[in-house]
Amino acid sequence: MPEHTLAISGLHKRFGQVVALRDVGFTVRPGELFGFVGSNGAGKTTTMRIVLGVLDPDAGEVTFGGAPITQQVRTRIGYMPEERGLYPKMKVADHLVYLAELHGLSSVDARAATQRWLGRLGLDHRRGDEVQKLSLGNQQRVQLAAALVHEPDLLVLDEPFSGLDPVAVDVMSDVLREEAARGVPVVFSSHQLDLVERLCDRIGIIAGGHMVAVGSVEELTASAGAELEVVAPQAEPGWAANLPGVTVVAEEGPRTVLRLAPGADDQAVLHAALATGPVTRFTRHRPSLVELFRAVVTEDGGGSRHA
Amino acid sequence: MRELARSHTEVAPATAVRLVAQREIDTRLRTRSFVMSTAVIIAVLAGYLLLQASLFSDAHRVDVGLTGQATSIAGPLQVAGKAVGLEVHTTQVGDRTAARAKLEADELDAVVFGNPAEPEVLVRSELDDRLRAVLIDIARQQILTGELAKAGVTDPRAVLAQASQADVEVTTVAPAGAEHGQRLGIGLIMVFLLFMAISTYGTMVAQGVVEEKASRVVEILLATVQPWQLLLGKVVGIGLVGLAQLVIVAGVGLVMAVASGVVTLSGVAIGALIWGVVWYVVGFFLYATLFAAAGSLVSRQEDVQSVVTPVTIVLTLGFVVGLNLMLQNPDGTGVAALSHVPLLSPVIMPGRITAGQVAGWEIALSLIVTLAAVVALTWLGGRVYHNAVLHTGSRMRVRDALRGTR
Repeated sequence: MPEHTLAISGLHKRFGQVVALRDVGFTVRPGELFGFVGSNGAGKTTTMRIVLGVLDPDAGEVTFGGAPITQQVRTRIGYMPEERGLYPKMKVADHLVYLAELHGLSSVDARAATQRWLGRLGLDHRRGDEVQKLSLGNQQRVQLAAALVHEPDLLVLDEPFSGLDPVAVDVMSDVLREEAARGVPVVFSSHQLDLVERLCDRIGIIAGGHMVAVGSVEELTASAGAELEVVAPQAEPGWAANLPGVTVVAEEGPRTVLRLAPGADDQAVLHAALATGPVTRFTRHRPSLVELFRAVVTEDGGGSRHA
Repeated sequence: MRELARSHTEVAPATAVRLVAQREIDTRLRTRSFVMSTAVIIAVLAGYLLLQASLFSDAHRVDVGLTGQATSIAGPLQVAGKAVGLEVHTTQVGDRTAARAKLEADELDAVVFGNPAEPEVLVRSELDDRLRAVLIDIARQQILTGELAKAGVTDPRAVLAQASQADVEVTTVAPAGAEHGQRLGIGLIMVFLLFMAISTYGTMVAQGVVEEKASRVVEILLATVQPWQLLLGKVVGIGLVGLAQLVIVAGVGLVMAVASGVVTLSGVAIGALIWGVVWYVVGFFLYATLFAAAGSLVSRQEDVQSVVTPVTIVLTLGFVVGLNLMLQNPDGTGVAALSHVPLLSPVIMPGRITAGQVAGWEIALSLIVTLAAVVALTWLGGRVYHNAVLHTGSRMRVRDALRGTR
């Protein structure tokens, strides 16, 4: 279903003297869960607000299914803004029906969809209560229902996991997987990187208003190189210093931690280690997303934000 | 696995506006505060009508005590009183002491002593002008009857009857009529109701805008509807709620006024109601976008009052000045001029139409000028709203809101 691809390209946005986005671009394909990560103020929310047309970019474009996002397309997007918000005095079910109708559902369909989502999210017994009477966790569930009630063709969720209890995190994860499984492109931002790593097909890292990495977890971590931990009790200090493509990270007695440049041969390292005597441990581990994130974000450092 | 939803129909702008308006009506019309405020206004109106009714009947009734020879004028006094709109009730009073006591007890308004040709009147503080005229008239007739008899006229009564038929034929160029007071009363009430409706429901628009900003729901809404659709829907919805209240209050007030006899000009009153509705619609639209724009500058309910006050002041100014000028002279040039000033016209013009004389072209001109102002202010207010509605945090300056882009 190529017609349901979200494509963002060349977004620029500045607020006064501050450059919020420079040349931000990525695509999210149908059925794909795309994790959008970055430090606070990196530009995630600004990007999402531009996708929803709540903000206008200074340059660049957003297309969905190859066409620019018009008001009519926007009614088919499910959106959860960073700043949660519902009418505090409206009844839960009335609120969801209202939002569904605003997104183009008929009154009958809106009622049916509201009923279905309230049941799915365990809110059936609160349908007649005012939103403000609900606990914060339940308000979050209503907020999710508000993003989903009109059966959107694209989901854009800003920090959907923040403030959720563990049970709600599981419900949210399941719902996002289901939505992706029915062919919806899903973009969400999060600071919970372990969750993003577990859930997402592809990840985009933004730092200082600029995309520093986009790809699947495997692609990103492979390209970032690997770390080797070698324990060779008889090795002299500095034994690995001259190996090609290898950086010594730490040397503590017999234990040496090395960083391998992308494409460097780990077998050459093993040979060098064996040449010093016995090798009791030789471990290669791929960096986690957290380590990767730290590496790319500190590298790019959010510098040059000011024009 | 569900299929991608295909049940989406395109949301026409009119549909979006209707949905927003419908929500406003649903959440406001069936509330206790709407019912209560309507009941309170009707109660106040009923109290005012009761007061008027008692004032009217008091104003027309005069209790006159007659002693000695003066007792004979009871008949002519009632007849002559009726001719000038006085309902004269006569009683016989024994002597001066008894008369004084009854006057002090407020049982009588005046006591007449002595010869009808030279009557002597005792009152508490002052004699009603109409009663004075009636008494003078009766005294003159007594004198004339005597003199005519002396001059040898055989039937002085026939001469007097002929003389009393003399009258002035009056043709009016611009009839103000005896109903002037009633017209003024109806006009003032209409002005008051319009002022109340526009200021109350205008403020509600500002509060509604801030409610959406404060609760952040506006971002979800603006992700699917255009700012102008949200604004228009809100204005139309709240405007209709205000219109419903205005029609209920004015309608009930009209029925009460006619039933109690305070208002006999039901045609004028119905006309006033219709003009009131017309000017409410125009005036509400004129002020609503201003209120909405003012509200969009702030993000918390506590700050609404400070931004709404300048708008309310203009409206109140129109109300107070218009009311005072109308009380002095509803056809004065001051009122006439102010009834063409856009921000004041919705309150002053309908009062003027009811209370005074307004040419058709004047109404048309005032409506056109006001509608032009509606267009201009809607554009300006819409622009401020568009730029400020997503701005959170501190109060936004109008200049920034007019200039800024999102």
